[in-house]
Amino acid sequence: MNVHTGIGASILRKEDRRFITGKGNYVADIKRPDMAMAVFLRSPHAHAVIRKIDIKAATALPGVVAIYTGADLAADKIGGLPCAWGVSNADGTPMKEPPRSAMAVDKVRCVGDAVAFVIADTLEQAREAADAIEVEYGVLPAVVGVLDAIRPGAAAVFDDILDNTCFDWECGDAKATAAAFKNAAHVAKISLVNNRLVGNPMEPRAAVAEYDAGRDHYTMWTTSQFPHVVKVLMGNFVLNIPQHKLRIVAPDVGGGFGVKQFLYAEEIITTWASRKVGRPVKWVNERSEGFLSDAHGRDHVSEAELALDETGKFLGLKVRTVANMGGYLSTFGPNIPTNLYGLLLAGVYTTPAIHCEVKGVFTNTVPVDAYRGAGRPEATFLLERLVDVAASEMKIDKAEIRRMNMIDASQYPYQTPVIVKYDSGDPKACLEKALEVSDWNGFAGRKADSKSRGKLRGIGLCTYVEACGLAPSRIVQSLGARAGIFESATVRVHVTGDVTVLIGTHNHGQGHETTFAQIVSEKLSIPTDKIEIVFGDTDRVQFGLGTYGSRSLAVGGTALAKATDKIIAKGTKIAAHMLEAGEGDIVFENGSFAVQGTDRSKSFGEVVGAAYGLVNFPIDVLEPGMEAQAFYDPVNFTYPGGAHIAEVEIDPDCGSVDLVSYVAVDDIGTVINPMIVAGQLHGGIAQGVGQALFENCVYDETSGQMLSASFMDYCMPRADNMPNMEIVTLSTLCTHTSFGVKGCGEVGTIGSPATVINAVVDALSHLGVSHVDMPATPSRIWRIIHNSANQLRAAE
Amino acid sequence: MNIEMTVNGKKVKADTSPALLLSDFLRENLNLTGTHVGCDTSQCGACVVHIDGLSMKSCTLLALSVDGKSVTTIEGLAKGANADLHPMQLAFHHNHGLQCGFCTPGMIMSAVDFAKQTPNPTESDVRHWLEGNICRCTGYQNIVASVLAGAAAMRTQAGG
Repeated sequence: MNVHTGIGASILRKEDRRFITGKGNYVADIKRPDMAMAVFLRSPHAHAVIRKIDIKAATALPGVVAIYTGADLAADKIGGLPCAWGVSNADGTPMKEPPRSAMAVDKVRCVGDAVAFVIADTLEQAREAADAIEVEYGVLPAVVGVLDAIRPGAAAVFDDILDNTCFDWECGDAKATAAAFKNAAHVAKISLVNNRLVGNPMEPRAAVAEYDAGRDHYTMWTTSQFPHVVKVLMGNFVLNIPQHKLRIVAPDVGGGFGVKQFLYAEEIITTWASRKVGRPVKWVNERSEGFLSDAHGRDHVSEAELALDETGKFLGLKVRTVANMGGYLSTFGPNIPTNLYGLLLAGVYTTPAIHCEVKGVFTNTVPVDAYRGAGRPEATFLLERLVDVAASEMKIDKAEIRRMNMIDASQYPYQTPVIVKYDSGDPKACLEKALEVSDWNGFAGRKADSKSRGKLRGIGLCTYVEACGLAPSRIVQSLGARAGIFESATVRVHVTGDVTVLIGTHNHGQGHETTFAQIVSEKLSIPTDKIEIVFGDTDRVQFGLGTYGSRSLAVGGTALAKATDKIIAKGTKIAAHMLEAGEGDIVFENGSFAVQGTDRSKSFGEVVGAAYGLVNFPIDVLEPGMEAQAFYDPVNFTYPGGAHIAEVEIDPDCGSVDLVSYVAVDDIGTVINPMIVAGQLHGGIAQGVGQALFENCVYDETSGQMLSASFMDYCMPRADNMPNMEIVTLSTLCTHTSFGVKGCGEVGTIGSPATVINAVVDALSHLGVSHVDMPATPSRIWRIIHNSANQLRAAE
Repeated sequence: MNIEMTVNGKKVKADTSPALLLSDFLRENLNLTGTHVGCDTSQCGACVVHIDGLSMKSCTLLALSVDGKSVTTIEGLAKGANADLHPMQLAFHHNHGLQCGFCTPGMIMSAVDFAKQTPNPTESDVRHWLEGNICRCTGYQNIVASVLAGAAAMRTQAGG
């Protein structure tokens, strides 16, 4: 092989061509013969009883094929949406798990709740018919904010859960933490909100379903990050379709970010209805509907305290968080603000005692679930804001307070006081590198320069660790997961030596078609253009758990490496026979099986040829062919970590925040394709910057109406909001994945909100500001500056 | 209503509803699904096509309003017998200017028009122009690099 296409090569992406020429195949692009079009009628009320749904006039309209409501689902005994992760209360009792019908039956619990499904010959006809449905609602008082929901006398989202509490979860050691606070020389405190976000992948969710009556078989094309899980959850738990009668295809998917890793009601109803009407049915969400029906992210209200000794050493951490679950439990909802949050609160520090209490609360809002980072950005934001507050109060340099509390590289593996055990890392190296690359020490000069232009400049630092590579099944099952979260890969070597890989993860932008080919290229020494990566079709790929939690490379890539090793092992046996040598004498190097210490060898192609041609093949002891599958369940999470530094300039006259520089130093283990990794970091950071400065999902607190349900109202980061980011990777090796990879999909989003807000607070610190809630919009900053000025004037 | 236009160099005639959007006409009637619809409010730019050479958001144009005009979609950008990629398409590939690919056709169509109007742009020019195109994957860094590289390649191609 002349050109290295293996590990470490920034080769260009194999998947690009179809996207840059408009030949991508997204669900909305799919057309089937005789296909009908469908829309949902959604609730305009946050909380209401449904008194009556009158579909008579609508059904009579031209082109209408059928209109279904929750009552039709109930009549067909269609099950509710299952929650795949149950958490326990602190007293050991299980969380409250109210049933969730795919369409509202007698009550709606958030604006956007589906109440009817309208199928017509054309989309226009379906929309007209939906407008003609008459629904009589009895509007009830709504609860929106988490603190309002747990106030005595608040309206109950579910009639039998009067306190709106789903769970009261805890982790860590309350007694040891209380003792640590007794010995503290200083206690730093913070109260903060982690604002609600909408993931907004650019491709709206969609589904096309087709029932083949001749075979009694269903196919559904869907915008999913995990088609096999949709198949299991929907087939097995909801529609009662046997697994061999159901095919789920997630073709090209236009971004996921967690939003597309849940089983959605729309997938269920479209599939069910395709059989009812005997025609393929297509449904495509509109963007504003997406705001009202895609699971949301974050939405915490927290209080935290950090106990320190007189030198600034962390002694203990107490956290109390109230987390919004929304109007129903989404697929992984309860896991996000608990296990993926509380277990990360040690951060990169040696804090010996931690206690975290989380109350999960039902409200009349869209369900909340995983969104890029999922729990870990919330943990990092809280911890890193609190560390900055402590540093300011104790007048310790913000880098120094982190340095003196950091886990040293020599302390790995490191057991935290909150269950997880970090296998590898070097947070100090990341910190020092970030300080160097960002010219931390030269900040005073840049601040003076900004001041000369009338601007307030701030610098923000954040260190983080995350747990990804989901997931070690034994560990997550002990934490409430209701299934294993392993991965599988099949390596199919064709007669010619070309390779098709079938893998259970899903590529929706991450570059898997390139990165996974590089793994095979590295192992087999064949160029990546001879390797095809297949994913997203349950009829082609045997099984898999999909893509989320930065798991694809760490878990799927390791399964792929193991499957490739099985190919090499079989090839070794065949080569030993062909070369009349002992199996132990054969080495596979540079694409050839050679007898060690001799010049006798067989190429990979010759060995594969023998496996299919069966000439000079040990048929008595080996099966013909060349294909291998491996399943891999990791022994631990992976723990990427790093240090990010940002600088902002604030215009005091209008409150606008300009992000002027961003440096990210991340330890993500071995890097397979540096170009793709940098892209993942850029995008992840931009999403965190979005939360810090722009994005906010806002509900009217009384009516429960969403006030930010379009791109006109929900501010997505744009090209002129972002600086050029500087990405540096350091690598300590994960001890249990192939090649030592850790995962990089979420690290940018985990580190950036705290980094940016720390910079904003730093810029305003001369006004006595110790915290700014997200997003730091111009109006919020202007008010802070001008209220401070007024207070100063009043004091004078 | 009868409409007639040139799409990617071919004459197209159709009898359509007066309410039909250009994006739907391209996607549904002509099967040109490279033009994407990512929002309902003309904000995201996934639907950008060229009308008589100028970039426009096809999700907020009626098909009727481009009667008699010439439309180029992402599918019509690669030219020649070998469907040689346009320099801007190549620039997005070479600079990793795309991830999930959904915003990409609109980005490229918008960028081509931009580079024609601004042959020698600065980074700031590019970032300002791209305000009308949202990408959720890339943080824009490599898109900006792609547009700068694509503009330079178009300049060279034009003999500039």
